[in-house]
Amino acid sequence: MTAWFESLGMMHGWAWFLATIIGILVIALPLMLAVAMIIYADRKIWAAMALRRGPNVVGPLGLLQSFADGLKVFLQETIIPSSSNKVLFLMAPIITFTVALIVWAVIPFQAGVLLANINVGLLYVLAASSLGVYGIILAGWASNSKYPFYSAIRAAAQMVSYEVSIGFVLISVVLWAGTFNLTGIVEAQRGVYGFGIFNGFGFNLLLFPMSVVFFISSLAETQRAPFDLTEAESELVAGYQTEYSSMSFALFWLGEYANVILMCALNAVLFWGGYLPPFDWAPLYAVPGIIWMLAKMSFFFFLFSWVKATVPRYRYDQLMRLGWKIFLPLSLIFVVLVSGFLMFTRFGVPA
Amino acid sequence: MIQAIAFYLFAAVVLISAAMTISARNPVHSVLWLILAFFNAAGLMVLVGAEFIAMLLVIVYVGAVAVLFLFVVMMLDIDFAELRAGFVKYFWIGFALALGLVAEIVFYAFGSVWTGSLQLAKPIAPVDPSVPNIQAIGELLYTRYLFVFEGAGLVLLVAMIGAIVLTHRQRKDARPQKISRQINRRAKDAIRNVDAPVGQGVEL
Repeated sequence: MTAWFESLGMMHGWAWFLATIIGILVIALPLMLAVAMIIYADRKIWAAMALRRGPNVVGPLGLLQSFADGLKVFLQETIIPSSSNKVLFLMAPIITFTVALIVWAVIPFQAGVLLANINVGLLYVLAASSLGVYGIILAGWASNSKYPFYSAIRAAAQMVSYEVSIGFVLISVVLWAGTFNLTGIVEAQRGVYGFGIFNGFGFNLLLFPMSVVFFISSLAETQRAPFDLTEAESELVAGYQTEYSSMSFALFWLGEYANVILMCALNAVLFWGGYLPPFDWAPLYAVPGIIWMLAKMSFFFFLFSWVKATVPRYRYDQLMRLGWKIFLPLSLIFVVLVSGFLMFTRFGVPA
Repeated sequence: MIQAIAFYLFAAVVLISAAMTISARNPVHSVLWLILAFFNAAGLMVLVGAEFIAMLLVIVYVGAVAVLFLFVVMMLDIDFAELRAGFVKYFWIGFALALGLVAEIVFYAFGSVWTGSLQLAKPIAPVDPSVPNIQAIGELLYTRYLFVFEGAGLVLLVAMIGAIVLTHRQRKDARPQKISRQINRRAKDAIRNVDAPVGQGVEL
């Protein structure tokens, strides 16, 4: 797109700037729409699993429910507690929301369709997702109230714990793919497993357990059930969001669901072939890659919803035990196994 | 042009937030300014082409170390007046230390430029730009600097074990969860169906 603007007679710097802004909007606006629809889908899936109808009043089949909710919070008064730390109180939802959006810059939707094709794509994802915790910690602290503060402390411990095992899972993927670039990782999954039929590291027996660990850790990282201890309503009212109202509350909500969709996308990209079709069979490549990507993301979102509808919440000590005593040693062992296997098979060969 | 603007922006924010880190009254604000400084330092790293170091700075320092700082500082119950009372008492010692550090920077950096042993415009080791940063660092770390690298790993391991040994204490009054017992517990171990006779209690 930069070249197209330059052909209109713009300077390179400005053409690049304008093209990047347009690229950001093209990703962010559909993402917001997707968040609205995914909240609706979430509620419909829970309802179906609980034999209820779910939202069905606003619009045909209740499709406009999320927009009605959005309008409602938009028209509400923003209440700022008088004893809160006002600047940080207002900054916290903005941080959550921004951090949830910036990661999308490196997610490949199709071969070559992404905002920034950087060498350290996966590290960028890790860096940005580790920032997500600040929104929650600041919200909890700045509210100057007990329940949000408990929630902030829980969030800090939980996210730091699970990031460790996520890091090791990512390392094993990177070792296999030989690159940190997300497009490179997707391309490395093309037709190498099951007699060259399947696309995806998940079909690799050494990496399949890692994909399960990553899925569960991504539930913990996004604070979805069964790991939603930060907003456990039976213990902490609404956790870190307790004091928030109106748009600042909506920003948390949007950021949280944007993170959930992001984790679905990462599951698809890292283990299940991203924009590649599941089988390496020529007619399947006629379907555009973005359709496969969205189908995989929807599938993982269904899994997220399914878990939330069926699994009871963990106790906090169980959460910590799972993170530190099970996932961390498991992923560490698999890093050793994967690198050992690669040393054995690819030694002396350029990866 | 854009690079120059970005450099001055990042550098200015690093300096300002570093100054705010030590002058902010609230320790939580201090940590937040520190995080902003880390972040902009990472931006500077990206500008010089060390994107791996930049990402590592964000992941390790912003994502983990500063979270734990914040975690501790938020829970501290500090009397700020008492904290600042020591400032005047230790001012001259601190000032002397700061002066020493500034003098070191001036002597080393400017001195080596003046004598010509360091040429700022020339990169130290020309690296092929097509080689990713991570690969270049990895090749150096695992060949030329292997022993230093492993030694550093060993030092970190010793530090970790030391920290655990120092803080670990066996508590006699604690009743830890026995997870295997909880998992292996079945309904038939816990539930007993009793046909309770009318008018009498049930022996439990």
